[in-house]
Amino acid sequence: MKKATPRTNIKEFDKAVKESQKAQYILRLYVAGTTARSVQAVMNVKRICEEHLKGRYDLEVIDIYQQPVLARGEQIIAVPTLIKKLPEPLKKFIGDMSDNERILVGLDLIPKR
Amino acid sequence: MSPKRKSAHRMSLEPLRKLPTGIQGFDEITMGGLPEGRISLITGGPGSGKTLFSAEFVVHGAMDYGEPGLFVTFEETVEELEKNVITLGFDLHDLANHRKIVLDHIPIERSEIQETGDYDLEGLFVRLGYLIDSIGAKRVVLDTLESLFSGFSNEMILRSELRRLFRWLKVKGVTTIVTAEKGAGTLTRHGLEEYVSDCVITLDHLIHDNIATRRLRVVKYRGSQHGTNEYPFMIGDEGISVLPITSLGLKYEVSTERISTGLSKLDDMLGGKGLHKGSSVLVSGTAGTGKSSFVANFAESVAARGDRCLYLAFEESENQIVRNMSSIGLDLNKWIKRGLLQFHNVRPTLYGLEMHLVKIHDLVIRAKPQAVIFDPISNLVSVGTSTEVKSMLTRLIDYLKMMNITTYFTNLIVSAELLEATEVGVSSLMDTWIVLRAAEFGGECNRQVHIVKSRGMSHSNQLREFQITDNGIHLLDVYKGRGSVLTGSARAMQEAHDESEGLNKRQHDERRIRDTERNRKILEAQIAALQAQLAGETEELRQYADQEQLRERERLVTPSQSEAGKPAGARKKPARR
Repeated sequence: MKKATPRTNIKEFDKAVKESQKAQYILRLYVAGTTARSVQAVMNVKRICEEHLKGRYDLEVIDIYQQPVLARGEQIIAVPTLIKKLPEPLKKFIGDMSDNERILVGLDLIPKR
Repeated sequence: MSPKRKSAHRMSLEPLRKLPTGIQGFDEITMGGLPEGRISLITGGPGSGKTLFSAEFVVHGAMDYGEPGLFVTFEETVEELEKNVITLGFDLHDLANHRKIVLDHIPIERSEIQETGDYDLEGLFVRLGYLIDSIGAKRVVLDTLESLFSGFSNEMILRSELRRLFRWLKVKGVTTIVTAEKGAGTLTRHGLEEYVSDCVITLDHLIHDNIATRRLRVVKYRGSQHGTNEYPFMIGDEGISVLPITSLGLKYEVSTERISTGLSKLDDMLGGKGLHKGSSVLVSGTAGTGKSSFVANFAESVAARGDRCLYLAFEESENQIVRNMSSIGLDLNKWIKRGLLQFHNVRPTLYGLEMHLVKIHDLVIRAKPQAVIFDPISNLVSVGTSTEVKSMLTRLIDYLKMMNITTYFTNLIVSAELLEATEVGVSSLMDTWIVLRAAEFGGECNRQVHIVKSRGMSHSNQLREFQITDNGIHLLDVYKGRGSVLTGSARAMQEAHDESEGLNKRQHDERRIRDTERNRKILEAQIAALQAQLAGETEELRQYADQEQLRERERLVTPSQSEAGKPAGARKKPARR
């Protein structure tokens, strides 16, 4: 999964990569304790970050049980929730982050088809 | 394990405990309030009062029952919510500052959120749990929980999470209200009622003849009795009030105390003592017969006693009534200023009958009057059908009697001939029925008052004439002449006629006396003459007897002389003749 899926236009992919290469990513992942779903989400996000944003991301995993006030401030209803705070615009993802392509598109790491 | 299970079993057999909402009338319908520790669903269309109902539940809990509450809004912001309910006198902000309630807004915006795989709503649970624990909330409102459906596309997850949420809330032991929009043909748009099995309440509007009435119905209340009707309710200045109208019975204390009608002569007609306190009085009459003047008199007498009187005017404005009554010498302003007379003007068509009932109920509770005047109820009739009016009035009268409030109703009737028919059966509800009419006779209309009935007292059966003058209403003494009651100029004529008749009779009598006297005098004179004659005769007789005696003596002395005396006697006799 390191490379773009065959269906993606290589040129566009390169362009997107170049653009996003400059930006620093600030990501917050809200999970609920150590449920299977939470663990899965943490693993998925970490993998994506390592594969696409190596060296230029700041990922913080927050347990809503321990930080309910923080969760309230971010209007966390569903968990797991991944929030891309930077670069703009703010994006939210919910789920166990198993849909790789959707996350990559959402993080502007691959162009929207 | 086994004793534990036993106690749990016993717990479940305890009767359902109820938590009073503090909403006027609602706790009476549900016989206590909402099921404690359970979920109640309130559903209704937009603007049906769901949010307000929920807000009152939390506010009353915090203020009246010492139970902290949590209000979560999914649609409005906290500021909007605060603003919306402050007009009804609930200062949520202040309560929140005193940590009696917690307000929270959970915005659900789908556009920002992308779903990538499986998720749950644990975030909501954690948040609610945190909020509940922060003040130890006993009452929770989720308004409108349904908006979750617009925020998340995976309905399967959502439904299972909702089910889990409700279970979780029950375990938490909080009493919860969940609001939902009414769907087309279903109780809620997303079928929330499936998950809420304890108590379901619907709020709606009924529109009849362009008049909307808010109504509330308890659709379901598991494990409890409840009123099943649709109850009208209103959102007034002090929030929601529901009137459990049909729960009223005929069990009320009755008073034997009598109070004046404000007209002493009318009191005389009512057994001399006036009305029973707490009774209902109907004053009906055609236009211009003085119904308002009668009730204004009553209002004045109530205020003059120091009691409070509530005047519900459906036709005229307060100022107009005050002005009109000052023209017959009644100064109502004086009592208004002292707060003893309170006017409430409202157009009958402003809202539906039930709403009027609720509104009146509300006014009575606030004003605490000893007497209430409805002027006129005939206008209310225009709002509903006659059955509706009768049912509304029955409940109204029942309620007022229960409160021992004397009630005056005026009713305009179109024509005196249709008197009975136009009363829409209202008269049977009344204790006293006074009919005012304008009797046409001899080219003029004269006002008459008649007491058709008056329960529990002797009352006059006469038609009495009355006049409305600059100094008020005057009932004239009853005039009975030649077997009928007369009024107006006919009465005056009859009186004049009677007077002239009287004079004739007097003159006639005098003449007769004079004649008799004269006759007597003539007779006396005759008697005197006869007596004089008699006296003369007697004298002559005596003289004759003397002479006879003399002659007899002479004859005894000399017989010759007696012979000689004979001719002398014979001679003498003709001479006398």
